[in-house]
Amino acid sequence: MAKIYVDGRPYEVHDGDNLLHACLSKKLDLPYFCWHPAMGSVGACRQCAVKQFKDENDTHGKIVMSCMTPAADGTRISIDDPEARAFRAGVIEWLMINHPHDCPVCEEGGHCHLQDMTVMTGHARRRYRFTKRTHLNQELGPFIAHEMNRCIACYRCVRFYRDYADGQDLGVFGAHDNVYFGRECDGVLENEFSGNLTEVCPTGVFTDKTHSRRYTRKWDMQFAPSICAHCSLGCNVSPGERYGEIRRVENRYNSHVNHYFLCDRGRFGYGFVNRGDRPRRARLRLERELAEVDTEHALAHLGGLLRGARRVLGIGSPRASVESNFALRTLVGADNFFDGHAPPETELVKLAREILSTTTAELATLRGLETADAALVLGEDLTQTAPRAALALRQAAKGVGGKLAAALKVPEWQAESVKDLRQQSLYPVFLTAIDATRLDDVARHHLRAAPEQQAAFAMAVAQAIDPAAPPPPALDADTRGVAAEAAAALLAAERPLIVAGTSLGSAALLNATANLTTALSARGRKPLLFLALPEANSLGLSLFSAPPLTDALQLAADGQADVLLVLENDLYRRASPALVDAALTKTRLVVIDHQLTATAKRAEVLLPAATVFEGDGIFVNNESRAQRHYQVFQPDFYRSEVQIAEAWRWLDRICHAWRGDCCGWEFLDQVTAACAKALPQFARITEAAPSARFRIKGLKLARAPARYSGRTAMRANLSVHEPRAPQDPDSPLAFSMEGYAAPDEPGPLVPFAWAPGWDSPQAWNKFQDEVGGKLRGGDPGLRLIDARPQSGYRAVDCAAPAADGLRVVALHHIFGDEELSALAAPVSARTPAPYLALATADARRLGLAAGDIVDLAVDGTRLRLTLKLSPQLAPGCIGVPLALLGLPVLQTVVAGDIRKVAAA
Amino acid sequence: MSGLLHWLGSPGVLPVLVGIGKAITLLLGVVLTGALLIWVERRLLGLWQDRWGPNRVGPLGLGQVVADMVKIFFKEDWTPSFVDRPVFVLAPCIALSVMMLGFAIVPVVPGWQVADLNIGILFFLAIASLGVYAVMLGGWASNNKYSLLGGLRSAAQMITYEVFMGLAVMGVVVQVGSFKLGDIVAAQANGWFVLPQFLGFLLFALAGVAATHRAPFDLPEAEQELAAGFHTEYSGMKFGMFFVGEYVGVVVVSALLTTLYFGGWQGPWLPPIVWFALKTGAFIVLFILLRAALPRPRYDQLMDGGWKVCLPLALINLLVTAAVILARQPV
Amino acid sequence: MLAILRGIWSNLRSLVIIFAHLWRHKDTIEYPEVKPYLPPRYRGRIVLTRDPDGQERCVACNLCAVACPVGCIALQKTETEDGRWYPEFFRINFSRCIFCGLCEEACPTNAIQLTPDFEMCEYDRQNLVYEKEHLLISGTGKYPDYNFYRVAGMSIAGKPKGTAEHEALPVDVKSLLP
Repeated sequence: MAKIYVDGRPYEVHDGDNLLHACLSKKLDLPYFCWHPAMGSVGACRQCAVKQFKDENDTHGKIVMSCMTPAADGTRISIDDPEARAFRAGVIEWLMINHPHDCPVCEEGGHCHLQDMTVMTGHARRRYRFTKRTHLNQELGPFIAHEMNRCIACYRCVRFYRDYADGQDLGVFGAHDNVYFGRECDGVLENEFSGNLTEVCPTGVFTDKTHSRRYTRKWDMQFAPSICAHCSLGCNVSPGERYGEIRRVENRYNSHVNHYFLCDRGRFGYGFVNRGDRPRRARLRLERELAEVDTEHALAHLGGLLRGARRVLGIGSPRASVESNFALRTLVGADNFFDGHAPPETELVKLAREILSTTTAELATLRGLETADAALVLGEDLTQTAPRAALALRQAAKGVGGKLAAALKVPEWQAESVKDLRQQSLYPVFLTAIDATRLDDVARHHLRAAPEQQAAFAMAVAQAIDPAAPPPPALDADTRGVAAEAAAALLAAERPLIVAGTSLGSAALLNATANLTTALSARGRKPLLFLALPEANSLGLSLFSAPPLTDALQLAADGQADVLLVLENDLYRRASPALVDAALTKTRLVVIDHQLTATAKRAEVLLPAATVFEGDGIFVNNESRAQRHYQVFQPDFYRSEVQIAEAWRWLDRICHAWRGDCCGWEFLDQVTAACAKALPQFARITEAAPSARFRIKGLKLARAPARYSGRTAMRANLSVHEPRAPQDPDSPLAFSMEGYAAPDEPGPLVPFAWAPGWDSPQAWNKFQDEVGGKLRGGDPGLRLIDARPQSGYRAVDCAAPAADGLRVVALHHIFGDEELSALAAPVSARTPAPYLALATADARRLGLAAGDIVDLAVDGTRLRLTLKLSPQLAPGCIGVPLALLGLPVLQTVVAGDIRKVAAA
Repeated sequence: MSGLLHWLGSPGVLPVLVGIGKAITLLLGVVLTGALLIWVERRLLGLWQDRWGPNRVGPLGLGQVVADMVKIFFKEDWTPSFVDRPVFVLAPCIALSVMMLGFAIVPVVPGWQVADLNIGILFFLAIASLGVYAVMLGGWASNNKYSLLGGLRSAAQMITYEVFMGLAVMGVVVQVGSFKLGDIVAAQANGWFVLPQFLGFLLFALAGVAATHRAPFDLPEAEQELAAGFHTEYSGMKFGMFFVGEYVGVVVVSALLTTLYFGGWQGPWLPPIVWFALKTGAFIVLFILLRAALPRPRYDQLMDGGWKVCLPLALINLLVTAAVILARQPV
Repeated sequence: MLAILRGIWSNLRSLVIIFAHLWRHKDTIEYPEVKPYLPPRYRGRIVLTRDPDGQERCVACNLCAVACPVGCIALQKTETEDGRWYPEFFRINFSRCIFCGLCEEACPTNAIQLTPDFEMCEYDRQNLVYEKEHLLISGTGKYPDYNFYRVAGMSIAGKPKGTAEHEALPVDVKSLLP
């Protein structure tokens, strides 16, 4: 700790932090542009100038850039010094010389860091009388809009895109005051994290294009703390609503999980909530057609249907909350409740859960990935299946820069120096994958192989680390060499990281992963383990330990059950159509979902469920962190005919209609508490977020910013008589701008980042204990699994399936893979056309050429796809983007029967 | 039917019925006059303030009376949850009924009087003192500090002014030798008492203004200090009863001034009812003029004036009158 | 004693003076028959104006809505093909409006203006909810010359980059000239 004096007042700060970081951590207002807590200092914008004094007798002082000056014990600076103020005012005036007069038509307006800093600095009137420099804009694809005139040349965009996310297609062109930030020519920004440019850019050069057509100022949106539902990582997001539509999703800071950044799937995949074809009213099958009916009518029908049933089976969902799944389990009984994953995934997630709860390794948080100094990624194409983790892994690889800098006593925040020191060097990262991945550029070695061979490789590494580990099957010399190198690198590391996941559908790979961590622990290392899972609440569903879906479908097909109650799930994405059809023809189907899925279309009764943004609930992410998501808005506020409700509410009503008496759940806390009481694995789940009775100074917390406008007009077209603001029995948040709003709100309850004078996402500074550190109100989420380490190796069955010739493996895509985000128009614009990939050599052997239309049978489904040659695809594999096609994860790894239908 | 006719024919019934009819007519007349005053006062105040006053509803804006009545009847009669409900309801009833009772003794024209009591004046004084209960109970029951202060002020003010009001009017009583108002009117056939009893008249008029809480003695409801004083919490018809009660009070006090000091219905050429109406009307206008022109005294000034000036003056008036009468009496 | 007499005299005098006002000229303007003069900057009925080219001035920036102390303005931004912003709907709930004029003050494009017209009473409150078709007039209102897009740096049809006031033509980034 160092004691520094700012304007005469003493502050305790971390020794070696830069002064800007120190001042902001002490909640002092000091303007800045180019510095970013995740990207360090470059001293480019000259905005954070302060005056530094030699000692208490020095009255003259000198102007320094606070972001480039370390805080040492006894440092004396002045922010308020007239000369420093004049300097900063001068800087902002230069920056504004070319800024266009277009705040009213700029989508950054109202949450613009440049606006905030201009106001903070006091610049108000343009004195420069000459012309403004202008630039042409570029078309950057469906996610990002570009308006170069607004640029102040802080370089944050390229520092994020090139230096942080390692993107290649955004750069800086031109010279002197002409610098241009963009692509070499118009085109889609390729990087999967391009959306962060909208938050990183301090002004409106890069804005959210998906938000543009139905744009709303930040102050006019109603927010709620929420969780991203598009992969298993559980990134914290802050969705904003206006007029009953989700308008944008921004990052919500969580120092353990997503930190400052999101992936584009999470940021731009919200469109499924606003779709016009969503079921918003209960539907009942009348005369073969699904017709919208009143709730009472639907429930009365449902009550009769259920009372007449001998056995009702409930199918849970990995995209529904823990509470909704629990409500279904309570309704149908534990014996009739089934896991909603595709059956192989049920087993894999169960295995992953076992590994997580017995591993000797430390469970890595998403943020924790960045602290690793050696990594082995087994089979998981992180960029496609758990994108934010790929960005974190990149930082781990580049973390070597910090070590090199420390050796030379260069502070880590000196971003340019660290970058220069690092050059091309990286911490060792080893990858195994089916095909080329977007992380190959940070990998020391990458292995392309079928899943079982990858498992064999992992075993080889494990044995190289600890000879007591089970022996791998025979491997070729090259692979053995890489394995030895990987083992050496992992052993040499202080924090070796092992990453795996379920996306390849290989249990062998997971077992081999477990063995690797065991081997490292056996050698006295403390490895980190990170497992990517299929969906947002996969682990939450798995914790119920329900039998797999196939059992339910089999029971139904055998006529042993007569009603299937499906919760937020599309069975056709989970099991083979033949099996689903067989089950559905024998039973009556009740579906509670928020999308009109193939399953929902076959329902006898369809009840409109709330999406993640319309309801409350808890998701358990891949590291078993239980995180609460809150309702952003009341779906029936603008449309009284809408009947959307959380699934657990529907299930409670169904219970009433069915049996008359039931649990009588009126608000979420009751369901959560019942769940915690009924199932020991969820015992601590109630601690994940404050109860609905929580108040600060007797107030609920405001969901909307204080300046929320139009309250007396937004519904006036429906009726000039304003209804009472919707009440929220489920949470301590109010559907209004009325309530407590300050940066010391509890972490799980921060709906959006705003502090007086700080409208942009930079306001997170005020919410953190220390800039870039924990939230003042505590970081959201609570881990449900405490590992009870069991040493000992697992058996790994890495025999390849008995398949002659080629076998089908699933390929994954960040855009289009996940069911919900694929329904959002901007994401579907980035979704690749379905294809079939073959290794070049295999294609040549089969006499196929790129562009051929080929026919393939997968699990009883015939597919007709265009052939793509993939030079890096593991030989012997047919890569098919199964999820993209809406197909279930394969029951068995089948040998592909591939036929050419038409030539290219 | 025949039974009813028979009953009507029995002796003593008809005069009673006629009396009841007269009484109802008179009271209705008073209430209607009170209601009309809503318009008169607003119109006069307007004119004296260089405005027109209500001139939109009906001819001369006279329809305003009906409009205001309709409005006040249909307004939400809201009783706050924190009030003492029975007392809260009772207070405005007292206010209106007491003032109307006061009119019972006034001889409008010869033979038209609800009750020619031989203690007429005393009855009025007694009834007028009852009026304070309305204000005090209203203030108390409202459970509101402003209302309570208004009620307290009203009580103190009432005690102060009742005392010399009674003494002031005693001059007249001494001259006539009767409390009966009929006798008082008859005694003025040759000269109004305003001349011999000028001081008494002034004091009675002053006390009358105070008794009706009219400006400048409207301290119980002084808007600037007490919101609306004792009737802050009242709305709808309950407020209406206070409101009309005040106007009825104005009519009663004006009628009494006419009767006691200005010869009542007596006058040449015109029929008695016209004389009575003219004289009473003039006092009503004076009441309104006082409100239009004079500022409200401070509360301590009000009390000082009552006890230290008016009370001695009333006593002096009574003494002098008594002395003069004694001196004139043939020994 | 003299003071008391003077006080009585003063009070009597004011009674007489006030009474005499009965015959004074009345200041009341009898409104429906006699229309009062309202200055041009009177804060009455709110209108949305057009720029000198006849295009909607409102760019749906939401500043009027946020400035409104009673929150009676609601609107939604949308865009034309060429990137010009305009309100998809623009609603003022006049049953809430207090005619404070803060919306006009906040408007960066002089689009929203208060006019000297206050005769907008309705028997049905619902009719006080004005949509864009009730608000948009065809003229420029009080500011005949101002055109936001001629000043602002955003390009729209007929006004490419670099042609607004005080703007240089777009930079050719690939040029090597200094």
